Amino acid sequence: MQTLLWIYTLLPLAGFLVLVLVGKRFPRGLAGFIGAGSVGASFLLALITGIWFVSAGAPEAGYTATLGQWVTAGALSVDFSLHLDALSVVMVTIITFVGFLIHYYSVDFMKGKGDYHLFFAYMNLFVFAMLTLVLADNFLLLFLGWEGVGLCSYLLIGFWYQEPANDTAARKAFIVTRIGDVSLLVGIFLLFVSTGTLNLAGISQGAATAWTPGGGLATAAALLILGGAVGKSAQLPLQVWLPDAMAGPTPVSALIHAATMVTAGVYLIARTHVIFALAPVAQLIVAIIGAATLLYGGLNALTQVDIKRVLAYSTISQIGYMFLGLGVGAWTGAMFHFATHAFFKALLFLGAGVLIHVLHEEHNIYRMGGMRKAQPLTFWTFVIGVSSLSGVPLVTSGFYSKEAILSGAWTFGQAGTLFWLAGAAGVLLTAMYSFRILFFAFTGDPAPGSAAEKQAKGSTGGATLRMQLPLAVLATFAVILGFLFMPGDLGGFRPFAHFLEPLFASVRNAPEPAAGTSFVLQLAVTAMVALGILFSYFWYRKERGKRKQHEDAQSYRGIRRFLLSGMGFDVLYRVLFTGSFNGVATLLQRDWISAFFDGVAWVNRFAYRVMTFFQTGLIRWYLMGIGVGIVVLFALVVFV
Amino acid sequence: MTVIPPYYGLILSGLLFVVGLLGLLIRRNIMFMLISVEVMLNASGLAFIAGGALWGSADGQSMFLFILALAATEVAIGLALILRLHKHRETLDSDRASELRG
Amino acid sequence: MLVIFFLAGALAIAATILAITRVNAVHALLYLIASLLALGVAFFTLGAPFAAVLEVVVYAGAIAVLLLFVVMMLNLGRESEQEERALLVPRLWSGPAILVLAISILLAYLYVAGPWAPAVQTAVRSGSAIISPKEVGKVVFSRYLLGVEAASFLLLAGAVGAFHVGRRSIERREPEVSAKEAS
Repeated sequence: MQTLLWIYTLLPLAGFLVLVLVGKRFPRGLAGFIGAGSVGASFLLALITGIWFVSAGAPEAGYTATLGQWVTAGALSVDFSLHLDALSVVMVTIITFVGFLIHYYSVDFMKGKGDYHLFFAYMNLFVFAMLTLVLADNFLLLFLGWEGVGLCSYLLIGFWYQEPANDTAARKAFIVTRIGDVSLLVGIFLLFVSTGTLNLAGISQGAATAWTPGGGLATAAALLILGGAVGKSAQLPLQVWLPDAMAGPTPVSALIHAATMVTAGVYLIARTHVIFALAPVAQLIVAIIGAATLLYGGLNALTQVDIKRVLAYSTISQIGYMFLGLGVGAWTGAMFHFATHAFFKALLFLGAGVLIHVLHEEHNIYRMGGMRKAQPLTFWTFVIGVSSLSGVPLVTSGFYSKEAILSGAWTFGQAGTLFWLAGAAGVLLTAMYSFRILFFAFTGDPAPGSAAEKQAKGSTGGATLRMQLPLAVLATFAVILGFLFMPGDLGGFRPFAHFLEPLFASVRNAPEPAAGTSFVLQLAVTAMVALGILFSYFWYRKERGKRKQHEDAQSYRGIRRFLLSGMGFDVLYRVLFTGSFNGVATLLQRDWISAFFDGVAWVNRFAYRVMTFFQTGLIRWYLMGIGVGIVVLFALVVFV
Repeated sequence: MTVIPPYYGLILSGLLFVVGLLGLLIRRNIMFMLISVEVMLNASGLAFIAGGALWGSADGQSMFLFILALAATEVAIGLALILRLHKHRETLDSDRASELRG
Repeated sequence: MLVIFFLAGALAIAATILAITRVNAVHALLYLIASLLALGVAFFTLGAPFAAVLEVVVYAGAIAVLLLFVVMMLNLGRESEQEERALLVPRLWSGPAILVLAISILLAYLYVAGPWAPAVQTAVRSGSAIISPKEVGKVVFSRYLLGVEAASFLLLAGAVGAFHVGRRSIERREPEVSAKEAS
């Protein structure tokens, strides 16, 4: 059974190798089959492994499958080994399932949109790297996967590399996450130096026994790991790359920048929860970052014009919720939110992709409208998606996952109420911006003169079965998944939580509030959702007639412009970092070393000028020279 | 016959030499430069004569003889060169005979 | 005697100055000849009759005439006169004038207050005032024989060189050569 781990991890790698080496000559159907098929096969094997794991009683220690030795150098000994436990089962199942659905969707979506075989090659490489990341037994292999997903993100964001803006976005993503990667790397060094091993389980054990709780070592290690997580998961202050990463194809945005890669940070913190529990200050910072980011993302999403950017800021916001959950100790709740978010966010991205596809690459929501009649399936799945995202009570999984986090926040302690209020405000914002897209894109009449108008009059052409089937599947899960983690006052049926709880048993887990308090809190959140939808509707009604003037994002002023630009973070970073770097580089252009070499050239030119002054070729000039020489010699002889 | 002090002869020689030098430096035409050179040679010959008169020996005049031979040769070859230049460049301007650039 | 010397000297200087400031080459040469003749007189007054005759016969009579021949041959014409006039502008005089002034000052210093000035001014002579050609001949053909022979070499070289360099044209020679090779 253990070898199955390696098989389904390496299958996408095999797919990548085949596609990148010989895929160019394949017919499109074959490339798509290999691309989606490898991930599909991976999913099946992962499912089988998962079922087997559950049936074996989900042992806390998990199973390890080693392929061989990797590095042995002095005290360091690292193997290629994968470790399966409850946390990795959850991650792997979601990654392969959602991944497969997105690959299947891309088979039709990416037709005619660039190097087909390369797309699937990169996507397969990504799935391989992500699986390596979550299944890794030790930090080195985890870091390999970490870097691998970063690379694939770069490759896929810049997939349409002919457009320079896409290259810039890809570079931005890579460089910003690099900052986080460096932090993580230093953290890994620190962990190795202080515990003597890179094995994840070994580190947790070593830290738990040897480190002083709340001490400097634990806090330093936790903060460094947090740095890496913040970079990869696009939280404040390293969130600037994610909205620009929407330059990549929509399936990329769905898979990498919604469901999986950006959640790697969440996984990392969950995996090293022992260290965070040993550093309450760091854990508090995680919660603060989460709360701040979820508000930041929600506010910025309100004014975005590009449908994918709204979803990008939404992702930033929702991962903020996950960080909040991790910070307050609602470990299982945060992981549950990861699971539900993967489904409804992928659903929303894929649905947006359908719109973009049938409207011939139109991203601007102010130029859509009335798509409800033209794309009914997309519409209803989108409704389910935004409802789940907003957390419409009882029927959506989003409600339950947010409930798990918010209830954990409420019982956190002194700051708990504040965190809960932030989360509730976030719910309001989420409902507002998500229903806004729904209204503008699907309801009412199409914007005059837009592609949507033509669409509305024409047929439902454009969205094939392969694109609509994943939408339906994802929508189904966006609803039913919620019933795996019910809050206490609604029955408490929570197999998901029970599945993961043993892993986190050694640290503080956020307790659930009393049933009565729970109910009141849930009512409050419901009120927020309702208010949000209502505000959104009235705002839509107000703006509906003025779509033309809101179309051009560059014309925004004031608060609207501020929120459109992500609260000016890009400008700030450009001035602070790029500006200072360029300034120093400009200064160094004329430093003393180049002055020396310039000086050599200058001396040469000077000597040249002096010498050519005397070489005129004119006889009289030379005679004058002789005359002067005579005078000088005379004077020398006579006077000296 | 009383003899004048050779000293005056030297002064005259100096004056002539200086005048010849001035002419050499000022004129662009090679012909005139050649004439000025002759003047200068002559002036130096006068200096020798004056020197011979000063010491009462025939060395001065012998030297003058040699200078004369020299001047003759130099004029002959110089004129031949001038003829060549005139044929080649259609001008006797020494500035235009320069082929240096820059 | 002194008076004649001063006259001759003044004449020589005036003629020379005129010679170098003319625009017409022939005029300049004529003034040069005048200057040379005056210098011959000066030589005579200095007690060097042989040199005086040589000056007149060789210098003025051969060299200057040779110059005259070539000037005539070049046939410069009126345009060259105008060119010369244009070229002889007062602006040109400043640099050379300064240089020449410097040299004259130095020379004057040498004559008047230099290290050899006393010797020059108060030199005592012995023997007669005039050095006859007989004495010159005696010295030239005994002590300075080598110089004479060298001078004759020089003259020969000059003659050959002038002949070769000043030849009419070289192109005409080549058909001769190829004609010879053909036959």
